[in-house]
Amino acid sequence: MKPARFDYLRAGTLAEAHATLAAEGEDARVLAGGQSLVPMLSMRMARPKVLIDIMHLPQLAKIESDVNTIHIGAGVRQAKLLAWPEIHERQPLLAAALPWVGHAQTRSRGTICGSVAHADPSAEIPLVLLALKGAIHLSSRQKQRRVSAIDFFTGMMSTARNDDELIEAVEAPCRAPGHGYAFREFGRRHGDFAIVACAAVAHADGVRLAIGGVADCPAVRDYPDLTGTALDDALDEFAWELDARDDLHATESFRRNLVRQLGRAAIEEARRCRA
Amino acid sequence: MPRMSADANHRIRFKLNGRMVEADAEPRMLLTDFLRYNLAMTGTHVGCEHGVCGACTIEIDGVPARACLTLAVQADGADIRTIEGLAPAPGRLSVLQEAFRRHHALQCGFCTAGILLSLECYLRDNPSPDEATLRDYLGGHLCRCTGYVTIIAAALDAAERLRDANKDA
Repeated sequence: MKPARFDYLRAGTLAEAHATLAAEGEDARVLAGGQSLVPMLSMRMARPKVLIDIMHLPQLAKIESDVNTIHIGAGVRQAKLLAWPEIHERQPLLAAALPWVGHAQTRSRGTICGSVAHADPSAEIPLVLLALKGAIHLSSRQKQRRVSAIDFFTGMMSTARNDDELIEAVEAPCRAPGHGYAFREFGRRHGDFAIVACAAVAHADGVRLAIGGVADCPAVRDYPDLTGTALDDALDEFAWELDARDDLHATESFRRNLVRQLGRAAIEEARRCRA
Repeated sequence: MPRMSADANHRIRFKLNGRMVEADAEPRMLLTDFLRYNLAMTGTHVGCEHGVCGACTIEIDGVPARACLTLAVQADGADIRTIEGLAPAPGRLSVLQEAFRRHHALQCGFCTAGILLSLECYLRDNPSPDEATLRDYLGGHLCRCTGYVTIIAAALDAAERLRDANKDA
């Protein structure tokens, strides 16, 4: 497996990256950590004419936080966010999910924003952003815009990003008072793609549950404070709505069952964490 | 740095095992192939070539990384360590390599270079690992011979010897 030919541009400024994206459109791809894009190149599922390496732009390699939000720049590697001393306090759901993203040997290079750009249906970071009501900051030569996670992930490996835009940062809200967070995942081997992954946020009025790995992109539901069989019924309905399919890794009914079991476990843990 | 054309070869320079090296590569060349073919450093093995198996793991700028998920052009200017850089001198093995031999932590050896590089990085930052975290960490490597038990034993043994050596120092 060898990639097809492409030009390589190590962007020295953000303006240079924007100009190349504007000129080349869909023939250009942004290269950050490469942990999703390079396999796509090797398998020739992606055949760009030019790669724009953005990892030498120091302004993108920053984690910034105030009391309300965390901004994670496009150059921030997953290992860097996981090692950030404030991550557990600032946003426990990110801290819980990050160890499930690939392996230590890929988190060392892979970026947070790269995973968001790739938008794999089973990826943990898009799932967490959806559960948290996070947002994606896009920029092009013309303008900047902020897209909420729910509007950004539009299908299997497809997003609302325009061809001339790059993801400059993603934004996640900080832990909110009275909120509880939990993450659950099942895969064949730790670090493999999730067969089902769940992120739950419990709050005073109910619970928000996001499920990844089943449908073409992560899905989310908001529930009032359901318990007992009402919760079972809600999870069962969610499981059927996700349109699970059989594949090499799991049958559709196994996936639905994981949604029921892991969904309930995540919701219960998130509620305990509220207390 | 100007845009590098797809059809041309470009000079790539980086530090490899403490010494500057250079060779030419097209932008599409993977770092695995660059190391093996252009620099004749064949200790880094190519397994799955899409980041799953861990055989090609090397150290880039102090952290473990898949050479097959890295382009040679990305590595320009980096500080890289491969299996050829582990032994302190010809005929002598590193503490970790010696532990692998003592514990029979390899059979065919195909995965070993990647696992050694990964563990070298890990033990440097985590001198007192426990078995559970080591197992989790080694989840990034496939070994089809050993069943991993001897690899974990070797890593724990090496960690202890490295701690003792640092105490004496």
